[in-house]
Amino acid sequence: SPTNHRTMPMLLIVGSREPLYEAEFSTGPQSKTEDTAHLNQFILHSAMDMVDDAAQSTNNMYLRIVDRFNDQNVFAFVTAGNIRFLLLHEGRNEEQVKAFFQEVYEAYVKLLMNPFYSYDTPICSTSFDQRIQAIARRYL
Amino acid sequence: MRDADRHVSRSAFAYLFSEMVQYHTSRIRSAGELELKLHEVGQRVGAKTLELVTIREKLMKRESGVIEMLQFVSSTCWKSLFGKVADSLERSTDCGNEYMIHEFEPITNCFVSIPTDLGHLNCAAYIAGILAGMLDCAHFPAVVSAHAMPAPDSEPHCYA
Repeated sequence: SPTNHRTMPMLLIVGSREPLYEAEFSTGPQSKTEDTAHLNQFILHSAMDMVDDAAQSTNNMYLRIVDRFNDQNVFAFVTAGNIRFLLLHEGRNEEQVKAFFQEVYEAYVKLLMNPFYSYDTPICSTSFDQRIQAIARRYL
Repeated sequence: MRDADRHVSRSAFAYLFSEMVQYHTSRIRSAGELELKLHEVGQRVGAKTLELVTIREKLMKRESGVIEMLQFVSSTCWKSLFGKVADSLERSTDCGNEYMIHEFEPITNCFVSIPTDLGHLNCAAYIAGILAGMLDCAHFPAVVSAHAMPAPDSEPHCYA
């Protein structure tokens, strides 16, 4: 089992029926075991109900920390079109994550403007992926 | 996307729209079907438009009430799409969850002449579709249709 082991932050973009995009952000040299590979996904997916609850209670897009698991936090952001962004991260800096989500939102809307990308469908664009990785390097 | 002040000329839109209508006209059997197709195309535009207009507003907030959402759509979104706010937003007196957005000169109808075999066609079905797309993705599912009024105007109706 993993000993001194930093888990990578992970972003999940969820549509109305299914996850649309997933990205892990390596923050340095570390190993990933089979145990943790699916744990992060599990944590984020099980936080979905908390995201929906939080989204009901406020008009803000940024929902801050909606759930916790051990020492990891789940941050959430909901767009005007109800696309959910979830971030799994050990940090607790809510302002930094807010800025992160705002840039992700911009990248998402730019992607939406592509006539060949349909709203609420899985995201396969490599340029979007590169952009997200660059945003993560800046903020996380 | 960042430059909200850039405008598309009316003639460019009219040309593109007319091509779109002609494309669909060759593939349908009735005026009702054509309106449906226009509505469908509009819906795909609507979801994208909502996100674009919202991010430009920089408020980072969503609307939670029906009235607020309709106000946002009929003013801010309308301004972005058509360069003006909608002529009016009304709530129906007889039916509690019915609203009407009035638009006297919808740009979809300006340069359209309807042939006799498509007598009841209202190209503002495209606008109704945009509206429906926006409302639907914001979790306000509604039936939206366009109706021509006696005065030269057209009004998308929303049943929320």
